[in-house]
Amino acid sequence: MNGVHDMGGQQGFGPVLIETHEPLFHAPWESRAMAVTVAMGASGQWNIDLSRAARESLPPATYLSSSYYEIWVRALEKLMLERDMVTRAELASGQMSTPPIKVSKVLTRDTVDLALKAGSPTERPIDQPALFKVGQKVRARNMHPQGHTRLPRYVRGHVGTVVSLHGGHVFPDGHTLHASPPFNVPVQWLYTVVFDGPTLWGEHSDPTLEVTVDAWESYLEAVV
Amino acid sequence: MSSLSHDHDHDHAHPHDHDHSSLSDMEVRVRALETLLTQKGYIDPAAIDRIIETYETEVGPHNGAQVVAKAWAEPEFKAWLLKDATAAIASLGFTGRQGEHMVALENTSDQHNMVVCTLCSCYPWPILGLPPVWYKSAAYRSRTVLEPRKVLADFGVTLPESTRIRVWDSTAELRYLVLPKRPDGTEHLSQAELASLVTRDAMIGTALV
Repeated sequence: MNGVHDMGGQQGFGPVLIETHEPLFHAPWESRAMAVTVAMGASGQWNIDLSRAARESLPPATYLSSSYYEIWVRALEKLMLERDMVTRAELASGQMSTPPIKVSKVLTRDTVDLALKAGSPTERPIDQPALFKVGQKVRARNMHPQGHTRLPRYVRGHVGTVVSLHGGHVFPDGHTLHASPPFNVPVQWLYTVVFDGPTLWGEHSDPTLEVTVDAWESYLEAVV
Repeated sequence: MSSLSHDHDHDHAHPHDHDHSSLSDMEVRVRALETLLTQKGYIDPAAIDRIIETYETEVGPHNGAQVVAKAWAEPEFKAWLLKDATAAIASLGFTGRQGEHMVALENTSDQHNMVVCTLCSCYPWPILGLPPVWYKSAAYRSRTVLEPRKVLADFGVTLPESTRIRVWDSTAELRYLVLPKRPDGTEHLSQAELASLVTRDAMIGTALV
């Protein structure tokens, strides 16, 4: 979706503020929010793309005025409400009043290290040959899907050059098709494509600038 | 406070940095959430503690610095890192969540590399830990692809006008590590000494070594 999360090239956010003292967490709740969100990923009731879609579809004003971990908490609550894992009353009270649903896995102190070490690789075998090759000119499609996508607006419609191929990877847009397991898991070739600064930003762009994005095959079309 | 907006004139509740007498709305909200999810059996508080402990004490930029120092010191490792960063980094024991597919980017005198995630805040956790507030900020996410030299100026970094700047927007599950240029005069240093020169920001591309 064309949401406020798609920030590349937006203006008016001011300078990058760098903290002199950089605490890892800025309040006790932030560390709990981070870890609870990571742990709930193991429940298997959503996937990375559904989770990102939940964050991106928060109301724009909420997204922009919430801190990073606040966005995580709001999106986690939304994901669980949508799946009847919790109710609004339970979230408000912090007390269970409806039975839990069955989840795939609950991380314990004994299993958490392995789970973090393993992560969730997205590379998958792919049978069909890649449509594009390194050095080829490609255009990022002018597309505006309603749901989750990883093609940022600032490259859409512009011509770039394929820098590398990364094999088959789970295609995020299609990965959100089923809201609950079993998920739809389409696989497409993943490319890195480089764009010149002036191509993206016009004649006043920094001429030494290049920007790359990682793009799934259906985000791209051949330039004739 | 890690607000996305740069001005801190919020009209909504946030933790009170200087007032510990009452809990903030978020503190209350997250406590309720954790209690509820524990009662439901969806989470185990011991696992929550362990996740926090991992990122507070074990995983951080010292991991990435070790990778960079090894690449500086051992040409074969550097070649492997640039060809297959995932495998080369895994050989040092750094794998997992938010680092499943790694790519290393070599800074040269011709090209400076910088990493951003304009859509989210994607960051290579196994080698750099959790991202700093500025990396997640709207200012960094919006401006880096448009005016990287001005962003670098915010970090006090100036590059020669002729240096090409390639900004890598982490839009997929690939995670990037910038391999900074090795400083001159460091030939006599051990890998541990080299690692101590490598900063987190240099591995993101917002600092030089």
